[in-house]
Amino acid sequence: MNLRKYEAVIGLEIHIELKTNSKMFCQCSAEYFGARPNSHTCPICLGLPGALPKANVESIKLVQKLGLALNCNIQLSNKFDRKNYFYPDLAKGFQISQYDQPLTSNGFIYIKNQVEQPKKINITRAHLEEDTGKLTHATINNRSVTLIDFNRSGVPLVEIVSEPDMHSSDEARDYAQKLQQIVRYLGISDADMEKGSMRIEPNVSLRNAGDKILPLYKIELKNINSFKFAQAAIEYEIERQTIILDSGKIPQQETRGWNEVKKQTVSQRSKELAHDYRYFPEPDLVPMQFDKIFISKLKTKIPELPAEKIKRFQKQYGLSAYDVDIITNDVDIANFFEQANIAYKKNTPKKIANWIIGELLRRLAQSNQKISQLDILPASLAELLYLIDSGEITNSSAKEIFNQMIKTGNTPKNLLKLMKIKSISPDELDLLVSKVLLANQQAVKDYKAGKTASIGFLIGQLHKKTQGQASPHLAKELILKKLNK
Amino acid sequence: MIIHNYTIQEASKLIAKRKIKVYEIVKAYIDKAKKLNHQFNSFLTISEETALMKAKKVDQLIADHQKLGPLAGISLAVKDLFSTKGIRTTAGSRVLENYVPVYDATVISRLNNAYTITIGKTNLDAWGHGASGENSDFGLTKNPYDPSRVSGGSSSGSAVAVATGASLAATGTDTGGSIRLPSTFCNLVGLKPTYGRVSRYGVISMASSLDTMGHITKTVFDNALVLNVTAGFDFFDSTTSQKPTDDYVSDIDKGVKGLKIGIPREYFQSLNSEIKGKILSAVKILEKFGAKVIDVSLPHTEYGVAVYYVIQTSEVSSNLARYDGIRFGFDRSKFGAEAKRRIILGTFALSAGYYDAFYLKAMKVRRLIRGDFLNAFKKIDVLICPVSPTPAFKIGEKKNDPISMYLSDIFTVNANLAGIPSLAVPCGFVKNSNNGSDPGLPVGMQIIGPDFSEKMLYQVGFAYEQETKWYLKSPKI
Repeated sequence: MNLRKYEAVIGLEIHIELKTNSKMFCQCSAEYFGARPNSHTCPICLGLPGALPKANVESIKLVQKLGLALNCNIQLSNKFDRKNYFYPDLAKGFQISQYDQPLTSNGFIYIKNQVEQPKKINITRAHLEEDTGKLTHATINNRSVTLIDFNRSGVPLVEIVSEPDMHSSDEARDYAQKLQQIVRYLGISDADMEKGSMRIEPNVSLRNAGDKILPLYKIELKNINSFKFAQAAIEYEIERQTIILDSGKIPQQETRGWNEVKKQTVSQRSKELAHDYRYFPEPDLVPMQFDKIFISKLKTKIPELPAEKIKRFQKQYGLSAYDVDIITNDVDIANFFEQANIAYKKNTPKKIANWIIGELLRRLAQSNQKISQLDILPASLAELLYLIDSGEITNSSAKEIFNQMIKTGNTPKNLLKLMKIKSISPDELDLLVSKVLLANQQAVKDYKAGKTASIGFLIGQLHKKTQGQASPHLAKELILKKLNK
Repeated sequence: MIIHNYTIQEASKLIAKRKIKVYEIVKAYIDKAKKLNHQFNSFLTISEETALMKAKKVDQLIADHQKLGPLAGISLAVKDLFSTKGIRTTAGSRVLENYVPVYDATVISRLNNAYTITIGKTNLDAWGHGASGENSDFGLTKNPYDPSRVSGGSSSGSAVAVATGASLAATGTDTGGSIRLPSTFCNLVGLKPTYGRVSRYGVISMASSLDTMGHITKTVFDNALVLNVTAGFDFFDSTTSQKPTDDYVSDIDKGVKGLKIGIPREYFQSLNSEIKGKILSAVKILEKFGAKVIDVSLPHTEYGVAVYYVIQTSEVSSNLARYDGIRFGFDRSKFGAEAKRRIILGTFALSAGYYDAFYLKAMKVRRLIRGDFLNAFKKIDVLICPVSPTPAFKIGEKKNDPISMYLSDIFTVNANLAGIPSLAVPCGFVKNSNNGSDPGLPVGMQIIGPDFSEKMLYQVGFAYEQETKWYLKSPKI
């Protein structure tokens, strides 16, 4: 590829399913994942003749919260519109969405550029709409059939549209991940790409390097269900469009889907076939009005967001930027870290951070799990650290125990017994120290006479007696305590 | 007295005093409905079994001295746009020929809870599209005052069911005149309530921002009794108002002394002179009772039909999109010509490049039309004007001329565009034939008031009706 000849211009449309109890316009449960098909339905989300939508206030609040977190303006008056198109998964023949008056608009977030400097990505708008049903293509009795499941129909979705401010697939991925992180911090969605609760549609086009105007065309990419595929699809498009431009042509404006098997984007719909959605105000719903007091109350419900948390963790816990970045990536991990610090009153944030990064996150990555799926408590990590620090167990035993803690959620003390791990209780250790001192009177005398080097001998003796359980550091501490009595 | 000439008020008294069994009345109405249906075609479905079963239940409750309210045991005909759980609901269209809803419209559950008895579902212009009843996919409904004439639409079957004594009341929907027009053509009282006063939930949508749910009865008093049950906020319809409802029956005899009646001059130009005469003499009667009559102007009146046919068809095109053949039975090939015409018109009006010139512009003029009414109501209490420029017209007369058919709505659409209530009340007959026993063709007037003024409209209608009692003039069938 002819580097730097063209610059990629990338914008993202991201759909995220909101975590509400009920659907957007009816009282059916919105928790459809894994549910029996069409078991979460009613006349409204099935679009039965005569049924009318009733807006779920909670989902409106969630979008406004997201808007606030994305530095958007919150529109005080807005409305829903109908987006008309035919598709078998669309119960009413139109989708209730927002056209010219989104709930929130004109925001921005920061990502890091290649040289780790903050880069601003502008956000055009974030608006609320309803999800569609889901089609499954199957063969039943040798007939090809398409089955419709309306459990997802009417689940609230927020669509976040960015400005075309990204210029590489890395930036696009960073932006999408940052957005996912903010959404998860807010607790408004799982934003899980694999489960389809977060969907990315990049718009990609190329312009001559140095140009400031937008290209005359854009390619919309669909069917992407992981960050990896999003990056791969963008990369593929950049190459494909480069070849077309190099040949003196302009790529045709169209919608293309990502085919993971072929590792290619494939044309889905050309410009001529683009929909005219015939938007008009949804007459079955009344326009919405919010006052400033409502919005400022909502502001107080925004939790600490990643950027603030990173700053605070660096300051409060004296951790490196690198450690903080890792620990704050998942808000549940960040909370685990803080809880463990509270539980273990000795001021050892670095130790806790090391255990989280070196052990907890490593094992989570191995088993492809999230901390929210485990039963492990922050207090258990604190307890484990206490056992190490007090000399009851060695570091390597601690790691074995930790492995079981993750698997079972059991506490370190229980596991210590269950796993029959060698350990020395503080009383036993105290007794051993006394024995060592008693058996080596000469060394004790030497020490007291000012020959401080003899302490090394005593530490060695204790180490032998405990068969390595007590670390030299701890042994020294205990011996000195007794000697200086 | 013959059962079929009862009003709700009369039947209700007899039922409460246990002078007549509900079963007896319901049976009589069903028999009549069945007997006349081949002649007038007012019912698409007669739910005899469930109706008789329910009648027995209500009789039992009355025998047990339960206090049930004035609509208990009253036979009801339901326009086939209202979803009725377990009873086929076709919208008058072949597309929904076999569609049986799994739920009741809010109006239906409220009426059910008042112990009314649904005897059947009535014919209509398919999807509510029409002013004559001729657009029904199941054949038109004939006018009992002259079977060679239309009954008016789209609530054609509902009006004829009540006019022929096959039911005491009937539900209707009014998007541009669909209750008032057939009520007028059949000598009945029809209410188009304020938008938001009666829930639309469960009624198959025609044009959502214009649709209102009303009803047709013989008398003004009966009409108020039904509104007492159907009116009020509904959680499931976001466009219903939280404003408390009135008791529409109490003080219905308050009279019109001191009331200011506006006569909108735009509604009396180019009007059939006989109809004009009937309405002005009705106004004279009210004047005699102490009302003050004032000439007013509603300057944007003439744009009403154009605005209505842009907004209404736009919403129709979107509301009918779900009948795509995947569910509910039949596919789009079953749509009749009028439905197709409206889908095409509405799709066009909403299309990119045309939206601003049509839909948006129409919405702006709609606001001006409402403004006309609000201005007028600063000076006057109610408006009185005709419902239709002509009495019931001949079957087939306008069938192939959609524009002239659309113009039947010329006096009715503006109340829908403005969202305000209008009560159609019979005000006499014009001569139809030289046959001495022919009562002639009914004429009606509209009493239009500001938002949520239904109680006042009933008071005006009641004062006039007490003097004239046109409802006693039954069709000769």
